[in-house]
Amino acid sequence: MSYRLATFAVLLAVFAIVPSFFGNYHVKLLQEILIWGIFAMSLDLLMGYAGMVSFGHSAFFGIGGYVAALVLKQSAGTLGALVFPALAAALAALVIGFFSIRVSGVYFIMLTLAFSQMFYAYTFQVAWLGAEDGIVGVPRASVLGVDTTTPWAFHLYVIALAALALLVLWRIVRSPFGHVLRGIHENEARMEAIGYPVNRYKLLAFAIAGLLAGVAGSLYAQFSGSITPDAFFWTTSGEALLMVIIGGTGTLGGAVLGAATFILLQSFVSTYTERWMLILGVTFITFVLFAPGGIVGALKGRIGLRA
Amino acid sequence: MPEAGAPRPGPHASPVPVLSDVLAQALNGLSYGVLLFLLSVGLTLIFGMLDVVNLAHGSFYLLGAYAGLTLIAVTGSFWLALVAAPLVVGAIGALLERGLLRPLYRRPTLDQVLLTFGLIYLFEDMVKWIWGGKIRSIPVPALFSGSVTLGPLTIPSYRLFVIAFGFVMAVVLWLLIEKTRLGSIIRAGVFDAEMTAGLGINISRVFTGVFAFGAALGGLSGVIAGPIQSAYPSMGVSILIPALIVVVVGGLGSLKGSLVGSLIIGQAETFGKAWLPGLSMLMIYLVMAAIVLLRPQGLFGRPLK
Repeated sequence: MSYRLATFAVLLAVFAIVPSFFGNYHVKLLQEILIWGIFAMSLDLLMGYAGMVSFGHSAFFGIGGYVAALVLKQSAGTLGALVFPALAAALAALVIGFFSIRVSGVYFIMLTLAFSQMFYAYTFQVAWLGAEDGIVGVPRASVLGVDTTTPWAFHLYVIALAALALLVLWRIVRSPFGHVLRGIHENEARMEAIGYPVNRYKLLAFAIAGLLAGVAGSLYAQFSGSITPDAFFWTTSGEALLMVIIGGTGTLGGAVLGAATFILLQSFVSTYTERWMLILGVTFITFVLFAPGGIVGALKGRIGLRA
Repeated sequence: MPEAGAPRPGPHASPVPVLSDVLAQALNGLSYGVLLFLLSVGLTLIFGMLDVVNLAHGSFYLLGAYAGLTLIAVTGSFWLALVAAPLVVGAIGALLERGLLRPLYRRPTLDQVLLTFGLIYLFEDMVKWIWGGKIRSIPVPALFSGSVTLGPLTIPSYRLFVIAFGFVMAVVLWLLIEKTRLGSIIRAGVFDAEMTAGLGINISRVFTGVFAFGAALGGLSGVIAGPIQSAYPSMGVSILIPALIVVVVGGLGSLKGSLVGSLIIGQAETFGKAWLPGLSMLMIYLVMAAIVLLRPQGLFGRPLK
């Protein structure tokens, strides 16, 4: 455990000093990885632990982004950067989850997909949210008295939130609550039979995942200074799914690894060839076919790395 | 944003719809519904039989349109392309089923869904690679390049052809599935694949056949759609969601459901565009939500467990 904690701390320290050695482009790449990492980890809580494969997770990412954009443009403080986006996303997750968790498997996929597409359709067309151009000019905030408008501060802020998200999720999946979720994943009927209110657990997991996705969305809006309806589009959920699968489902850290692979592939491959989508597609298919455990699973198998 | 955008003027901004307007919209909705039908039949059959939500089904539509484009350019005949392009796409479907999906049948069905998601990227980029990323128009076949005047309405005759073609296809499919031996095997497979195999049917060949057939129908709808909507690389991704909604509304695995669902969603989409231009994209989701809340299994689906 202490070995792990040390690795984690070293990694954070390395991330933190990246701006002193690398240029702006690479720093932004790292921030993007961490933001998508939070998003992918939140999906992993649903997929890897509770066994709920949502194709509509983009709904909460988008809500977080839009709420942050709207509030931050009024006042760039903690409320706009964290509190409102997270709460709005969690609330939306409670409502969407309430309807969706009653069905499972394919129906769950379809229903969550449709819900997120509703947000896409709405934001794409309404003028007060900037229609298809979205909201631009989102300022960075002063969070808990710390000004994140300088590049350095923002960098540390992203790292801190990503670390916090990982620790919170880590704690959750190792708590009794997390074990119940795993139990539901393994055998839902049995968990029900031995007296667990399965739907309440699933709904809570859905809301927590939604909340964290909202935080990721808010960070993304601050990072890029804008948010567009594309944040809601179903392929955004699909990309997060790709990240989780590539990294390794049910490992949390794998989701971040997957995000890194996805974003690095996208940015480096696209500098050499226009065919990055093709390469991404083939990479993903290869993982599904030959390494369903993702990068983490493959590493465990090869070098005996233990979870 | 402070500078709130001006309300977008719709093509039919007048609040009182005229009857001829309604008719014209209904016909537009019908031709769109027909496209959705051809697409969703394959989706629903593949789901019913293989338990796979084929997210790459939009890619078959995409491939059909571009294969049609090339075949028209090479042969100079729309009709030849209409026959040949679905065959090409069907063959691709058969290869996919054999090569990629089959190894996954022992795994959770989710793995197959994810695989088809990966295929979307693959096909979209391959299309960009081969044909380029620009919108390509597919010429309307000469036979239907004119328009027909029906009372106050002037309708492009190609649209009428699409509608007629769709209904002929619906009847053909119905006959095929309800009245032939092959059809009864397919129905049996949709109902219970394992039991069908137990009765001595080579179910794995049926799986391939159904997948290829569904792919071919997807390709066919791509060719048909070409002259109306043109061909562009993201057309597969954008048609997939309406097609999935049709399947959910109609009931997974139901042929009748996919016909009725297509007609409903086709009308909802078209009338939404005409009368609620500000919220038109939301229409089909609202219709779906309403139906799913009232009947979670869809209009003609079997009740959920």
